[in-house]
Amino acid sequence: MAARVLVGVKRVIDYAVKVRVKPDNTGVVTDGVKHSMNPFCEIAVEEAVKLKEKQLVKEVVAVSCGPQQVQETIRTALAMGADRGIHVEVSGKDYDALGPLQVSKIMAALAKKEEANLIILGKQAIDDDCNQTGQMTAALLDWPQGTFASEVVLEGDKLKVVREVDGGLETVKLDMPAVVTADLRLNTPRYATLPNIMKAKKKKISVVKPGDLGVDVASRLEVLRVEEPPQRKAGVKVETVEDLVSKLKEGGRI
Amino acid sequence: MVLAYLRRIGSLHTNPVYRFAHEYSVGRRNYSARGSTLEQAVAAFRSVVGEDGVSLGTAVRDQHGRDESMHRCCPPDVVVWPCSVEEVSALAKICYQHQLPIIPFGTGTGLEGGVGAVKGGVCFNLGKMDCILDLHQEDFDVTVEPGVTRKALNASLRDTGLWFPVDPGADASLCGMVATSASGTNAVRYGTMRENVLNLEVVLADGTVIHTAGRGRRPRKTSAGYNLTNLFVGSEGTLGLLTKATLRLSGIPEAVVSAVCSFPSVQAAVDSTVQLLQAGVPIARIEFLDDVMMDACRCYSSLPYVVAPTLFLEFHGSKSSLEEQVTVAEDITRGNAGSDFSWARDAETRERLWKARHDAWYAALALRPGCKAYSTDVCVPISNLPQVVVETKRDLMQNHLTGPIAGHVGDGNFHCLMVLDPNDADEVQRVHQFTERLARRALALDGTCTGEHGIGLGKKALLCEEVGPQTIKVMHSLKAAMDPANLMNPGKVLLHIKIIQVYHLKSSLPSHLGKKNLNQSDMKPNKTVNVGVFSGTDLISCVGWN
Repeated sequence: MAARVLVGVKRVIDYAVKVRVKPDNTGVVTDGVKHSMNPFCEIAVEEAVKLKEKQLVKEVVAVSCGPQQVQETIRTALAMGADRGIHVEVSGKDYDALGPLQVSKIMAALAKKEEANLIILGKQAIDDDCNQTGQMTAALLDWPQGTFASEVVLEGDKLKVVREVDGGLETVKLDMPAVVTADLRLNTPRYATLPNIMKAKKKKISVVKPGDLGVDVASRLEVLRVEEPPQRKAGVKVETVEDLVSKLKEGGRI
Repeated sequence: MVLAYLRRIGSLHTNPVYRFAHEYSVGRRNYSARGSTLEQAVAAFRSVVGEDGVSLGTAVRDQHGRDESMHRCCPPDVVVWPCSVEEVSALAKICYQHQLPIIPFGTGTGLEGGVGAVKGGVCFNLGKMDCILDLHQEDFDVTVEPGVTRKALNASLRDTGLWFPVDPGADASLCGMVATSASGTNAVRYGTMRENVLNLEVVLADGTVIHTAGRGRRPRKTSAGYNLTNLFVGSEGTLGLLTKATLRLSGIPEAVVSAVCSFPSVQAAVDSTVQLLQAGVPIARIEFLDDVMMDACRCYSSLPYVVAPTLFLEFHGSKSSLEEQVTVAEDITRGNAGSDFSWARDAETRERLWKARHDAWYAALALRPGCKAYSTDVCVPISNLPQVVVETKRDLMQNHLTGPIAGHVGDGNFHCLMVLDPNDADEVQRVHQFTERLARRALALDGTCTGEHGIGLGKKALLCEEVGPQTIKVMHSLKAAMDPANLMNPGKVLLHIKIIQVYHLKSSLPSHLGKKNLNQSDMKPNKTVNVGVFSGTDLISCVGWN
């Protein structure tokens, strides 16, 4: 029986915000912008809490990497039902350059340290859309992975995962310990209620540094430039079909 | 000629309502502004909101001339998109200078034709002002701009443990909900907009900006001065443009339990409701579907529903208090011959239990494919609800109308989802007459002609009947004080006198003076505008589509 679940939660710009590129094109504006938990991470937390409610796991630990503010995100996970949190402190330039490779190294180290049997992550983050952390974590740990999960069933010491793939649904059976990444239709995350938010304030969040876990967060990637997609240009109205055909020919389309 | 005739009717000149009506209607400019007035105004608009903030396009104007009601489209002359209260004020000043009507527009999801520009004018689409400002978690309040819809607000609040519970069917603009005094399925516990607005920022017809409770103020209660906040709640854009609303939030319920129960009669279902409320059960939702609706749902979703009056219940609270609430509810329903009481705790099963209620609109439409649906809306004291519903069902059957019933029975409010063919003029007329009778039936039983949807275009005469001539006079005085030129959303809520039309009625009017009601057939066939005539202190009400 799986004893401990690690759930990764990422603090991202809220999905309802209109993202703006910084004037110097080095990134997007994050100051003063509303942030919240990545929606796929919410689904991951919900799945872990559901497993705990079914008494299939003993403890749910929420993990987040970043500066002080990510503790808010961990608190939301605690309000949803996670038992305790781990804040991996990464700030400044290191945080700007933090990507899936470093996070997966951190998750792998934590999984060993906390003796976790199951890691549930969101399939991707809505800011970078990488869709890599779950897969890399499984590879580093040499654990099986069930990604894009739309259904997860714990059967003894095996995990049945239904995956959403391009051609339809694929069902795989994984030996534990394993990594699962949550897709949209896995569940509907619960809202954090006030009493649970109050209870969450009392739950413990321990703080560690990547160095304590033996992880080097230096990035091998350098962001050169960030730009908005080109503005959509107005179309051209034509009066007749002949005009249309000649315009298409002019444009080399036919 | 007109004045001489009116002197015969009574001492109207001393009647203050007549005097103000006479002043503005006779001295009034032609509202359907064309030509130079509009051109000048549009140029001025462009200098405030830029080229992109103004549109004269036909398609755009058509979109802004209709909502989700069955009233015909009345497009404005121009649509503007202000981005701040300063821009709203500047644009309003321009409209005031040029005497152009102002029509506020939120999401266009109203059900009573409130955005129809019956006299042309300028539609203010406030959707670009979409910020959620000043959330105070410990005080349970938040301030929103008109572009924020209720679902957007609740999505933004999801991490705070708070929500805004008023939930009408559509994902409406919150300021629009303030304007129509909207309500939802959980009004029985959380109240309607009237109970949940703390403060409003309003731009008046002449561009003045006011804060009804004072700028930035948000105490949970106050005794300070006239309650201007609630004056604007339900004013449907006829007194000012709402540019900010400070709303009262509630805590997201810790746990939710849903239940369903069938009854042998409407009376039994309503009796259960009354007893539940009397037992002090803090029930959150209590919805009623009649047997016709349950049958429609059965056909629509192929689920084995019992075809009988059914109550859909929802309880909010802590896990332990819910156990108690459900037990009490089950006892009460059993005591009223309720059967098949089923309840559920987890989200998926609750969805399934309530599926009939959620699909009601579509199930009704599916009864007659190709037809449109129109929802009536009346509200009576709960004790009178069985009588109203039974008489209404009889009326529907006698007139061969399709009208399954769904209702917020905890408030005594119900809707007949009339399914009709809009191209069948006879059916449209019969539905229209049915809704008139329904409204009058509700009025006769101490109720109101509109529980949630508002007066809009079609219920102005009913409002007169509902509140009576003296109260209507007060409403007219308020309107005259706040908007003497009748620029704010003309043609809605209040009937206005058109002296010129009275003149046309001259030949038929005297014999009707003794009657209380003029029917559409009494008016000349080419008249399509509502007319109200005051005779001394008596009101003769008139009925007609706009």
